[in-house]
Amino acid sequence: MPAAETVELTKDYSVGFWRKRPKRALDHLNLSVQAGEVFGLLGPNGAGKTTTLKILLGLVFPTAGTARVLGRELGEVAVHARIGYLPENPYFYDHLTAEEFMNYMAALVGLGRGERRLRVGRLLARVGLVDSRNVPLRKFSKGMIQRVGIAQVLINDPELIFLDEPMSGLDPLGRREVRDLILGLKAEGKTILFSTHILSDAETLCDRVAILNRGRLQGCGELREILAMGVSTTEMVLENPPPELLRALTPFTNSAVRTGDRVRLEIPAECDVPEVLEVVLRSKGKIVSLSPVKASLEDYFMAQVAAAPEAPQGKAGPTTTESRQGER
Amino acid sequence: MSRVGTIALHTFKESVREKVLYNLIVFAFLLLGAAILFGSISVGIAQIILVNLGLSSISVFGLLMAIFIGISLVSKEIERRTIFTILSKPVWRAEFIVGKFLGLLLTLVINTAIMTAGFYAALFYQKGSLSGSDLVALEAVYFILLQLALVVALALLFSCLSTPILSAVFTFCLYVIGNFAGDIRWFGQETGSPLVEKATTVLYYLLPNFGDFNVIAHVAHGHQIPRSLLVSNSLYALLYITILLSAAILIFEEREF
Repeated sequence: MPAAETVELTKDYSVGFWRKRPKRALDHLNLSVQAGEVFGLLGPNGAGKTTTLKILLGLVFPTAGTARVLGRELGEVAVHARIGYLPENPYFYDHLTAEEFMNYMAALVGLGRGERRLRVGRLLARVGLVDSRNVPLRKFSKGMIQRVGIAQVLINDPELIFLDEPMSGLDPLGRREVRDLILGLKAEGKTILFSTHILSDAETLCDRVAILNRGRLQGCGELREILAMGVSTTEMVLENPPPELLRALTPFTNSAVRTGDRVRLEIPAECDVPEVLEVVLRSKGKIVSLSPVKASLEDYFMAQVAAAPEAPQGKAGPTTTESRQGER
Repeated sequence: MSRVGTIALHTFKESVREKVLYNLIVFAFLLLGAAILFGSISVGIAQIILVNLGLSSISVFGLLMAIFIGISLVSKEIERRTIFTILSKPVWRAEFIVGKFLGLLLTLVINTAIMTAGFYAALFYQKGSLSGSDLVALEAVYFILLQLALVVALALLFSCLSTPILSAVFTFCLYVIGNFAGDIRWFGQETGSPLVEKATTVLYYLLPNFGDFNVIAHVAHGHQIPRSLLVSNSLYALLYITILLSAAILIFEEREF
């Protein structure tokens, strides 16, 4: 049973003041997040990432399609006892201290007084805020707020965690802290569905990613598959290669860039690499490095987003073949 | 503690932390000043004025709190996006609305209790003693609290529908009109037109009838409040608040964030 799944999920918002017209935020989205995986929802601003999370949490209602969270239909509040959610750019009650806020959250999930004290203390220690437990939240930095946010996510020891842009607006240190916390949760086997537009974070954390653009699913798959798909060229760096060697290599390469006494060659066809090596060794060229160039998630992301067709606004567009890719 | 109780206590704590109860200081100075000032006037009139002023102040201060905190109960949570965190917990939307209502009501009850104590202190200062007949003012205070509970429910309903400013305007207007509900009905009867009479009667039953809760002048002159009015006002407030909160919950259930 998937931890979360969406089937043909569609959401239209009404825009305009006098003449309301629908604007499609999600277009027949099919996704399936398996238990125990870290699943990244990637996409530019306005792609539909937050809308997807909000629908799964019951904060927004779908126009069409269905979704299930931990096997339960949308709108079943009881399932919230088994999930945790960190909103984007969270803001918590600034008149409360970190400990009071955590106690409030603990009471809402139904923890008794003794259990509450233990768990609040443990979680504040886990996110490194024990010393600031009695400080009002209004005095917290953004990174500290984010850590309190993660602590409240964990107050009910959730099976499924939704994180909306958890690294957004953080400095490198804050991002590192939050990333380490998410890695810790991953190690505990929690299912995590998080949205981000910071691709390096997705690359570090995710088992699988889905790329959304204009409400449509552009691609979905395991990160290592996506990255392996991207091995397209091989890079060779030579030191002081004679001009005749470079001429001999011209048929195999599509670029040669000289930097100082080194020349970087790009070999587009992987099958040409042994022959290139043979030519270089025969002419006693000095090889500094030879390495496959992996396309990054960013390359994949950019390719998918660039290939995305213009979504019809407010009309049920046809289900694209890509939108089926999320099914598993 | 239930989730409703948890949300109510948090709402109360928020009001206290945001220094809402500072209004009590203004109230204290007002009553103290009035008691000293009216001490020089003849005894009978001084007492009538003090009771009138004291109870009216309790009503006005409470009304201002009920409207201005009431309209922001829901909108502030939405504006600051704290609602996301609350509703991501196993909390029904109805529990949130009822918890918010009870939280503000608790704030108003405590605020009114302190003001009532201040009022009796001023009365004691002015009269030199308190008698059993002075306790009738407590019944007027009870009616004020029922009014405030109605106003909070109205403000909460409007805040689920509209912006804070419009909610404040709507709530205040309905409060004023509701104070004249009886007059509107009387006006309809006086016109002699069956259509107008029917329309004003419908209005009379639809509008919150705040006029029946206003017994301050009655109490100031030392008159007793009939038991039947206590019962009917209590049941009326309970019924009206239940309807208003149910409407607020229905609207809030459909709301997207």
